[in-house]
Amino acid sequence: MAEQHNSMLSLRGLTRRFGGLTAVDAIDLDLARGELISIIGPNGAGKTTLFNLVTGLDRPDAGSVSFEGQDITGLSPERLAAQGIARTFQLGRVFGNLSVMDNVLIGAHTRLRAVKPAVPVIGPLLELGLALLRPASVKAEEERLREEVKAILARFGERLLPRIDQPAYSLSYANRRRVEIARALALKPRLLLLDEPTAGMNPTETAEMQALVAELKAEGLTILLIEHKLEMVMRLSDRVIVMDEGKKIAEGPGEEVRTDPKVIEAYLGHGLSGTAEQESAA
Amino acid sequence: MSSWLDYTINGLIVGNVYALVAVGLALIFGVSRLINFAQGSIYLVGAYIGWVAVVQLHTPLPLTIIVVAAAAAVVGLIIERFGLRPLQNSVRIAPLLATIGISFVLDQLVMLTFSPNPRALPSQLPDVRFQVGGGTIGPLDLLIAGVGLTSALLLFVFLRYSKLGWAVRAASQDRDAAMQMGVDVNRVNQAVFGIAAALGGVSGMLVGMYYNQIDTAMSLQATLKGVVAEVVGGAGNVPGAVIGSLLLGLVESYGVAVFGTSYRNLFAFLLLVVVLVLRPNGLFASARQAPPEPLTGTFIAPSRPVRIPRWALLAAAAIFAVLPFFPVSFYVLQTLINAWLLGMLALSLTLVAGTMGQVSLGHAALLAIGAYTSALLSLTLSVPVGLAVIGGGLMSAALGTLLISPSFRLRGHYVSIATLAIGEIVSLVILNWESVTRGPIGISGIPPLSLFGYDLISPSSIYWFSFAVMVVLALLQGRLLGSHLGRSFRAIRDDDIAARAYGLSLNRYKSLAFIFGGFAAGVSGGIAAHLYSYINHETFNTQQSILALTVVILGGLGNVVGAIVGAVALVGLPEVFRIAAEYRILIYGIVLLLLVRFRPQGLLGTI
Repeated sequence: MAEQHNSMLSLRGLTRRFGGLTAVDAIDLDLARGELISIIGPNGAGKTTLFNLVTGLDRPDAGSVSFEGQDITGLSPERLAAQGIARTFQLGRVFGNLSVMDNVLIGAHTRLRAVKPAVPVIGPLLELGLALLRPASVKAEEERLREEVKAILARFGERLLPRIDQPAYSLSYANRRRVEIARALALKPRLLLLDEPTAGMNPTETAEMQALVAELKAEGLTILLIEHKLEMVMRLSDRVIVMDEGKKIAEGPGEEVRTDPKVIEAYLGHGLSGTAEQESAA
Repeated sequence: MSSWLDYTINGLIVGNVYALVAVGLALIFGVSRLINFAQGSIYLVGAYIGWVAVVQLHTPLPLTIIVVAAAAAVVGLIIERFGLRPLQNSVRIAPLLATIGISFVLDQLVMLTFSPNPRALPSQLPDVRFQVGGGTIGPLDLLIAGVGLTSALLLFVFLRYSKLGWAVRAASQDRDAAMQMGVDVNRVNQAVFGIAAALGGVSGMLVGMYYNQIDTAMSLQATLKGVVAEVVGGAGNVPGAVIGSLLLGLVESYGVAVFGTSYRNLFAFLLLVVVLVLRPNGLFASARQAPPEPLTGTFIAPSRPVRIPRWALLAAAAIFAVLPFFPVSFYVLQTLINAWLLGMLALSLTLVAGTMGQVSLGHAALLAIGAYTSALLSLTLSVPVGLAVIGGGLMSAALGTLLISPSFRLRGHYVSIATLAIGEIVSLVILNWESVTRGPIGISGIPPLSLFGYDLISPSSIYWFSFAVMVVLALLQGRLLGSHLGRSFRAIRDDDIAARAYGLSLNRYKSLAFIFGGFAAGVSGGIAAHLYSYINHETFNTQQSILALTVVILGGLGNVVGAIVGAVALVGLPEVFRIAAEYRILIYGIVLLLLVRFRPQGLLGTI
């Protein structure tokens, strides 16, 4: 129980089945405040499904998710975003026709206050009215958020700032991934879920991304990371969880996990453990 | 008792006819995830080819069926080859719009060739009735049942045992995998469109014979009924479409038995809305499906909108504002008044379909709600006309949003179906709710426009009034787009899953878009009611919805200035070129098709 109190996110027996396939099978996980846990595993191991369950885009068939001691199982993604859970998507889900600025501003949506009065029933109508009238408070909030977005984009060096008014569809693949992360940061998340942030990036870009994630971790952000690039996983993670066929097959510090025979088998199949050890040692 | 059996037989026979349409829709949806809005037009073409064969060529019945099936199949192949195949790699909205455009072009071609007057289509079968239990059944009933069963059997054999049939099934299970395994998707599409068209054409001919009447209004009804049956059975599910069709036939038949003929369609559309709300994947779909994979590409064509400098806009507005001071003819003013009214509707639709991505095909219903509200407020409650028009706008905003809200969790094509059905429901309620709407008689003697006690009778005052209202609505909409709501709407349109993950409630923002858009459309309808002085349930019809959609695509989806430019162009150019009224809708359809194919971002670009 004491452990549960300490942990920011805890999953208990989380399970999701698609027809005959159990994509996520009784996963337990505890993520402490400020911790960075990486989830690795072969393609189809259920990592992204696990993210979907935590962020409310999918509902579990069994098990529970709690966040800061509160049960959040099956809550809608909108509510979870409002609680401070932000995520990026594996294949990239930027808003193609929105500018970089607008994409990242959407990330700050849950933090809009002046324009979203918390009045029941007529709240949406007031929101419409305030958006049209735009009193000083609304303008000031918008201005402040725009400055914030620029500060967030500055973290990516000169990658995004010069393209701030360009529509996202015109960006390179790597830049779209960066926009996604910027959008997630604009939410001021308490928990950040990154789904393969370096997919499709070259070594330089990967190194930049790794440095950024290290920075975020140093700032105290709690992060759950799905990543295939083992070197980055080993450098960044406090702990590593290995999934295969929906199950957690190993958990622990990176060095311990990477020599675990079960993990090697999951990655490379039966009878190849010998070569795998060579490779992981390399 | 006997009458119940008759109603059951009637329901099953009509259901059989729907099945021929719905199976085609299901096949096409299965392979290309597209709801073919042109299916009803093929049905119409089939009915008229049947008429030519029977009445002019005097072909015997079996030959008639073969001729109709073959000719309709050719039409289907042409649609696939020239209408849809070029759009394979375009944005998701393109094929949807293309089938809508094709449907209008085909309907108009049939109407221009054969005139809109109904024609009799004799069945060539002896007019006898056999006693079956307590009911009766005629040879035509048996023919329809026979054609239905034979087609089902042939289709089953084709899908099950032929190589091309396997390819069709493979492509509908997983198009990408099928392509990788060497399945020629173009051939599969051809096969599917050919079969669907043949079935649809025969169905149209049989219905014509069944009622011994064909007319050009059949097309839209057939599309709607086929889509209802298909969605009830589960989109893309062929056996489901058959069961859905029979169910629809029975529901309608029993509904007619209890409430009367004018309620037939109401039951069909209510069934659709209930199914869409409770089981959007159809009655026979598996309970819960995996969330869809992230979609690459966007819903609307990405483009950089044309930036029009502010001074140019101001100059254009000033020119139009002072126009009545110059010696322009009444005709020009009248044309521009129509353009301003259409412009308001287009502003509404460009917000809902363009900015929000909810392609509404029932937007004329918002006009109707606004028009009836304003007319009745001013007539029965003596509300001043200016206030009544605003009342019409508010009623459209409220009622329109309420009616569409069940479809907020639907996507893409389903939204279009739902809005089309809701548009029909509004029209049918207006027709049947006689105590309020005066039913088929309509409302006459609606007072003219007036403002602060002054009647606006002169063309220039009406011109100024409608222009001013449109400009105010456009300015408000521009302001809306520049606010956080504009980016929220567009974010939901581009990717609703990512939008939800960042805290955007789909219900809230779709409601706000429909409230704002509903108001503009309702005001347009309200003004129109006072200009026309007479309205009925057919004043605001699907043609207007499609015209508004063409305007919106022409101007650029979501583009405020584009909506107005599009309205002026589509109202004005036919006048300039003196195009006869009956050709206009044909031209709108062709314009829509050409735009989708060659300039999907419209004149001024999507926003």
